[in-house]
Amino acid sequence: MASQPAIELKNITKRFGKVVANKNVNLTVNRGEILSILGENGSGKTTLMNMISGIYFPDEGSIYVNGEEVVIASPKDAFTYNIGMIHQHFKLVDVFSAAENIVLGIKDGKYNLKKSTERIKQISEQYGFEIDPEKKIYTMSVSEKQTVEIIKVLYRGADILILDEPTAVLTPQETSKLFNILRRMRDDGKSIIIITHKLHEVLSLSDKVAVLRKGEYVGTVNTAETNEAELTEMMVGKKVDLNIFRSEPCSDEVRLSVKGITCVDRQGTVVLDDISFDVKAGEILGIAGIAGSGQRELLEAVAGLQKLNSGEITYNNPNTGNADNLRDKTPMQIRNLGVRLSFVPEDRLGMGLVGNMDIVDNMMLRSYSKGKTVFLERTGPRYLALKIINDLEVVTPGASTPVRRLSGGNVQKVLVGREIASSPTVLMVAYPVRGLDINSSYLIYNLLNEQKEKGVAVIFVGEDLDVLIELCDRIMVIGSGKITGTVDARTTTKEEIGLLMTKSDYKGEMNNG
Amino acid sequence: MADVKNNIKSKREPLIHIAKRDDMVWWKAWIIRGIAILTSIIIMMAIALVLANVSRPEYASVSVIVETMYRGVLGRIEEGSFVMLWKYLQEVAILLCLALALTPAFKMKFWNCGAEGQALIGGFGAVVCMIELGGKVPDALLIPIIIVVSILCGAIWGFIPAIFKAFFNTNETLFTLMMNYIATKIIAYYVYIEGGGSHVIAPQKHGNLPNLLNNDYLLNIVIVALLTVVMFVYLKYSKHGYEINVVGESQNTARYIGINVKKVIIRTMCISGALCGVGGMLLVAGTDHTIRTDSIGGQGFTAIMISWLGQFNPFIMVIMTGLVKFLEMGMGKVADNCHLNSSFADIVVGIVLLCVVGCEFFVRYSVKFRRNKKEVKA
Repeated sequence: MASQPAIELKNITKRFGKVVANKNVNLTVNRGEILSILGENGSGKTTLMNMISGIYFPDEGSIYVNGEEVVIASPKDAFTYNIGMIHQHFKLVDVFSAAENIVLGIKDGKYNLKKSTERIKQISEQYGFEIDPEKKIYTMSVSEKQTVEIIKVLYRGADILILDEPTAVLTPQETSKLFNILRRMRDDGKSIIIITHKLHEVLSLSDKVAVLRKGEYVGTVNTAETNEAELTEMMVGKKVDLNIFRSEPCSDEVRLSVKGITCVDRQGTVVLDDISFDVKAGEILGIAGIAGSGQRELLEAVAGLQKLNSGEITYNNPNTGNADNLRDKTPMQIRNLGVRLSFVPEDRLGMGLVGNMDIVDNMMLRSYSKGKTVFLERTGPRYLALKIINDLEVVTPGASTPVRRLSGGNVQKVLVGREIASSPTVLMVAYPVRGLDINSSYLIYNLLNEQKEKGVAVIFVGEDLDVLIELCDRIMVIGSGKITGTVDARTTTKEEIGLLMTKSDYKGEMNNG
Repeated sequence: MADVKNNIKSKREPLIHIAKRDDMVWWKAWIIRGIAILTSIIIMMAIALVLANVSRPEYASVSVIVETMYRGVLGRIEEGSFVMLWKYLQEVAILLCLALALTPAFKMKFWNCGAEGQALIGGFGAVVCMIELGGKVPDALLIPIIIVVSILCGAIWGFIPAIFKAFFNTNETLFTLMMNYIATKIIAYYVYIEGGGSHVIAPQKHGNLPNLLNNDYLLNIVIVALLTVVMFVYLKYSKHGYEINVVGESQNTARYIGINVKKVIIRTMCISGALCGVGGMLLVAGTDHTIRTDSIGGQGFTAIMISWLGQFNPFIMVIMTGLVKFLEMGMGKVADNCHLNSSFADIVVGIVLLCVVGCEFFVRYSVKFRRNKKEVKA
């Protein structure tokens, strides 16, 4: 039973125009087995999974489910073969309850929410989910929403589950909970395919690891017989140094000082609650927290994009010695003050760059208004674009390629490269390695370290606690818009940060009860 | 778990599936577009032949229809008569002017559907000046006044929806459409007062734009040709053009780099409205010397298509305008000769546009047919 293949892919090839997303991929997942799919960005992991779940159709090759050749032409077909995919971005109706979302779209003739709720409870007990079927989606945390997505596919009888980077949005505690559930499913005979970037997760969870590189299938190894270094080498094609070098902070000068800022959004929710902190020149201040705890608003407040209800943001200008107040200033006014503030926002193509513009025009975003003429000056930006392509090894057909055609890692290189090129004194980065492969991630870490050594005050909002601990000097943890603690990155542990991340929630529960 | 595999219907690969492509070489794309135009011409001919056969069988042949179209647009050009050609170029110029005016707004993703009203109100400004000031001030002074007033009128018609869009995020499509009706009714009202019993304003003698080289249309054509170049440069090489592009692509990015989004929206719509005003002014002061509620005749809407067909590139828009006007005037003549009604030309233009726009699907996506017909064993 255990060695019976649940799903097999043979010589799967998929092309998008000239780009070969998958080339002759062979995969086998047995019943009661967890397979990790590992690969650099743009190596075709998601494309491959989309073909199994019926979103794309392969150009060549065949898929076997339980030993029989099948054709999966639509997500509906995938469901009939008991294949369920949990996407990175949840597809839930916010105003519906969990149970309503789970039964949504099932055409078995009868709509009986009571019976369905019973079954949902039964599934939850069987695998150890914690869920209230009557709870509305919009009141749920990210991890609860994910639970709903997983139950949704189980409810439809999925035997083969595909999870696309499920841990990207979870805290360490939530991740280990999820892994326990996945292990239980495996023991129940289900087959699980998980896409992830995090090597330690691959090693702790899966039975086998399949590695893809640039769309090509490199091989499958048993997890028990491999290690991080070997996997990285398979993925990248060469040896990679996985240590982040951390230097001591070089000065005590406070570059940016935030005092008691509070921000209320349009719905009246307090998104930033009395936040105060200092950033020194030449240090990396990490900011950890569950996604949506106010990280984005905090950075946008400093960048002049968020209206504040109270508080002060003071910038100590190293050139003039002045202390400038940045509150209620627009980005243009901040720049005109001589504040060299760079900001790599979370939403790269929606905020940091313009996807449909080429690299040269994206370089101009920061500098286009310079000069007295009404015409644009493109020679400088073109030179900068070529320099960044060369220095950061951006993979692109040329400087006049629209950035949306680049892969995530290369997009980020373009953005970070531009922000660093203006030689900032304060550099804010939000999730700079999200969705990036190992090589690009380490390149970004090195760039941040370089800036730190130059005396730049770096604020790093991150989600991978291992990286935060390795890279930063101090880590400030925020929960629900409040600072729940600041720790020394050199002495803290993941568990300590994890607890701080959920601290305000516990307080809230205690107050209610 | 219940085994539902028996319910599966699609044991076979789907007959066709569609894949996005990014890499089509430009000449292949133009071959596809060429085929589309050819197809539309064949459909057009077929319709013309069928309809002509009903009313005037002697016109129901391809060669007669082609000749009629040619005469309808170019007239007796081989006999040295260029009247029709100039008329054609004038029509192209006005339509192109409106399409050029819409383009900066469209690049900003501001769907200005109000070219009709903005042009009408520009022409209205010109007519009012001609009537109220004509004879009282010398033409040398009157013409600059007319130019300024028309541009201002058009700009105001663009400014109003822009303000509401920028500050209250109203829907610009509906807003600009409503503004068209207001413009039309203002003119209807004015014509009623000024036109007296006939409800028509007689052509005015004062405040007419001068004729270049004794040609009624040349000045308009030259002005629009200049505008085409200016617009191309403005969109591609000026800082304003860059801001328009960024705001259109992503308002978040615009905010992030410190562009004042409201200012750009308002400024661009003023420019868009002002250029429509110029179009109206050229029509009124340049050629018609009067105004009717249907002076623009729906060209403000055709201009929307032109701007899109030209992919917001002024030079491609020139070609597209030429094509559309050729069909419109040529088919108008065919309709005339065959005793078909004037909607015939609109139908034909509609079909051609549908084919040309529709073919972009094949430029962006490839359609793949089933590779083998073998049935997969269940």
